[in-house]
Amino acid sequence: MVKKLKTSRRKFVVGSLAAGSTLISSTKSIASNIDDKAITEMQPWNSELGDGVDASPYGYPSEYEKHVIRRNVPWLTADSTSSVNFTPLHELDGTITPNGLCFERHHGGVAVIDPKKYRFMINGLVDQNTVFDLSDLSRFPRINKLYFLECAANSGMEWRGAQLNGCQFTHGMIHNVLYTGILLKDILKEVGLKNSAKWILAEGADSSAMTRSIPIEKAMDDCLVAFKMNGESLRPEQGYPVRLVVPGWEGNMWVKWIRRIEVGDKPWHHREETSKYTDLFSNGKARRFTWEMDAKSVITNPSPQAPLSHGKGPTVITGVAWSGRGKIDKVDVSLDGGINWLEARLSGPADSKSMHRFYLEFNWDGKPLLLQSRALDDTGYVQPTKDQLRSVRGENSIYHNNGIQTWALDSNGIAENVEVS
Amino acid sequence: MLKCLSSFFIVLFLFVFYSFAYSQSLGLGRPATDNEVASWDIDIRPDGKGLPVGSGSVVIGEELYTDNCASCHGDFGEGIDRWPELAGGFDTLDSEDPVKTVGSYWPYLSTVWDYVHRAMPFGNAQSLSNDEVYSITAYVMYLNDLVDEDFELSNSNFEEVRLPNEQNFYQDNRVDLENLIYNKRCMKDCKKEAIITKRAVVLDVTPEEEDVSDNGNSNGDDIVKTVSLDPKLIKDGEKVFKKCKACHRIGLNAKNGTGPHLNNIFGRVAGQLEDYKKYSKNIKKMGLEGLIWNTETLTSFIMNPKKYIAGTKMNFKGIKKSDELAALVEYLAATTKIN
Repeated sequence: MVKKLKTSRRKFVVGSLAAGSTLISSTKSIASNIDDKAITEMQPWNSELGDGVDASPYGYPSEYEKHVIRRNVPWLTADSTSSVNFTPLHELDGTITPNGLCFERHHGGVAVIDPKKYRFMINGLVDQNTVFDLSDLSRFPRINKLYFLECAANSGMEWRGAQLNGCQFTHGMIHNVLYTGILLKDILKEVGLKNSAKWILAEGADSSAMTRSIPIEKAMDDCLVAFKMNGESLRPEQGYPVRLVVPGWEGNMWVKWIRRIEVGDKPWHHREETSKYTDLFSNGKARRFTWEMDAKSVITNPSPQAPLSHGKGPTVITGVAWSGRGKIDKVDVSLDGGINWLEARLSGPADSKSMHRFYLEFNWDGKPLLLQSRALDDTGYVQPTKDQLRSVRGENSIYHNNGIQTWALDSNGIAENVEVS
Repeated sequence: MLKCLSSFFIVLFLFVFYSFAYSQSLGLGRPATDNEVASWDIDIRPDGKGLPVGSGSVVIGEELYTDNCASCHGDFGEGIDRWPELAGGFDTLDSEDPVKTVGSYWPYLSTVWDYVHRAMPFGNAQSLSNDEVYSITAYVMYLNDLVDEDFELSNSNFEEVRLPNEQNFYQDNRVDLENLIYNKRCMKDCKKEAIITKRAVVLDVTPEEEDVSDNGNSNGDDIVKTVSLDPKLIKDGEKVFKKCKACHRIGLNAKNGTGPHLNNIFGRVAGQLEDYKKYSKNIKKMGLEGLIWNTETLTSFIMNPKKYIAGTKMNFKGIKKSDELAALVEYLAATTKIN
C-alpha cells in the first residue's frame, strides 16, 4: 500500500547547490580579483547590538537552522497520536543526538505527567510490593551511560527495495543519548526478588499503557530506570519523568512514562510482542522475542537530503554505526557499491551499545559513486547486505532490517537511495 | 585488655560500616497497598493469570463493537484508513501481502483481552467494564469465524480457546543461525560488479520538503484565531478535545481524518463538507433541512450524539459533564476564524 506523493527533491537539491556555490569556492587555485562582500562590506552584526542575556531563557538553535527538524511520513500511519517521526541524521555530527531532535514514537500520544503525582510500582514475585516517588528514586545510586535507541522498524520500509529518499526517513528512527539513571537491578534488589522470578513486565502510564516482557537476566544486567537525557530532564515525548532504558534492544521495549514493573515467572505475550515486533518469514512462520538490534551503519553525508555541493576535490564522507551486541570495532566504506572497501576513521565518545561516528576523507574526482558503509562489532559480526537478509528472512519481515544502505551519487553530487547487485 | 577491647570496637565498627554501605536494602519506597496493586496490575497472561471473573457474549459484543470500535476498525474488522484490521487474512501469511489479524496472526486470545482492556477504545482507554471486554473479545472471535453467534466467553472457558496461529511462532535464533554467516570482512574485489537494481525515485513516496519559514513543525494543533472568549475555558476545552483527537483534527492545514476536520465548525452547515465522504445519511439530511453548528446545536450533539442525530457514524458516547462540554464548545468556537 503505497501512496503517491509528488516529490520536491529536485527543488531543494538545486536550492542547496546554489547556496553552496556562493558560499564555498571549490578550490583555492582559482585566482580571483573579486572582493568577497562578506568581508569588505560591514554586516549588521559587526556594528549593531544583539539580544541581551535572557532573550531566550531556554535557548534555541540559530534561526538559520530551522530546517533541522524531525519529520514524519504521513502515509505510514492513520493518525499522529499513534505514529512516528524521524531524526534528521543528515544534519547532525558527532555522536550525541540533541534532545529536541530525538525521533518520537507514540502509541497513544504524549502523556503529560505531573511529577508530583508520579509513582513507580514494583509488584509480583518480590518480597515486598513497593511504591517509589521521584524523591525516593533520587536517593538511589545513579550512573551515566551513553546508549542508542533504535526502533525495531527502522529501515522497515526498505525491506523490499529502495523506497524513501533520505537517510532521515530510511534510518532516522534512532537516537543516541547520555542517560542518567538507576540500574534496574539495584531497585529490584531493594524490593527483593523471589527465586521463581524469571521475567519482568514493564508498563507505561500513557493511554496505550504500553507493556513489554523482558527476561530477568536482562533486567539484572544493564537496564536503567532513567530520568535525565543529555543532562536535563527527559522530554515529555521521551517519557518524562521516567523511562526504562534497555541497552542494545529494540526501542519499543524502552517503556516511556514507566509506572510499573511486575515480576513474574513467564512472559506475558502482550500485543507489542505478538501482533507487533515479531518477524514474519516468507513461509508464514514468525520469530518472536527478537530483542537485540544487530550491527548497522549508514552514511549520513552525503545522502539524498544532503548533496555534495562543493564539486570534486577533498571530500569528507561521514556517518554513524551502532551495535546492540557491543562496541563497534570498525566501519568500512565502499565508493563502488561494495566491490572494494576502505577502513573509515572512528571519532568521538562512544561506548558499548552506543552510536559511533565515522569519517572517510578522500579526493573525489567528480565521477559518480555508489556509496556504502559496513559496520563490524566486537562480536565479529559484519553488517550484511539486504540481499543476504532477504535470502534468509524473505520480504515480509518489516523489523530488524540492518542491511547495507547504498546511495548513488551522481557527478553533480546529488545522492539517491538505490539497491545494487 | 585495652588492646582487646579496641580490636573489638574496630571489628564492631567495620561490621556496622559494612552493613550500612553494602546492605541489601536502602529502606527506600513504601509498601504498596493491595488496592493500589489491584488498580494498576491489570495484565493478563496466556495461561489465564490475571483474568478477572466475568463473561460476555457475541450478541452484546456486536453492539459494543459498533459503538466503540467500528469507526476505526470497520464494521467487519476490515480496518478503515490505516487503522488495524482485526479479522480475516487467513492463509495470507506466506503470501506477498500478509494480512496480520487476530484470526490469522495473533497467537493468544489473552492478548486481545488484555489489549482491549488496557488501551481501547483509542482515546478513551480503560473505560470498558470487564464484562464488556469479554463481550468485545467474543465478538472479535466471531468476526474471525472462530465461534458461532451464540458463543459466550467467560473466565471459566477462556483457557479452552486456542487461536489458529499459535504454533507458528518460534524463539529468535539469529545468533545460532544467520549471524554465523555474517562474519566475513572482504576488502578487495569482493564481487565482479555493482549494478543499480532498484531506485527510490521510481516509487516516489518520499514526503515533500515542507516550508519551514514559520518555525516548521506545525502538527495542526495551533489555535487558528481566538475570538473574545474565555481563555481559561478554551484551555480546558483543548484538554477535553483529546477525547476527539483520534478522529477529528483542528488547526493549520488540518485535514479530514476518520471524522471531518473541525476548522470553522461554527457556522458550518451540518454534513456538508465537500471533501468529506463518510457522513451518515441523516446528518446530511439535517444539514439540508437547516442544521447549522453553533453553541447550542454543538452542545446538544456532543452531549449525546446518537440521540441528537439518529444513525450518526460518530461512535462516541458523548460528554455528560456540563463543565467539560462547555469548555469543549468554547474551544471549538475559539478555533473558528472570524470572517
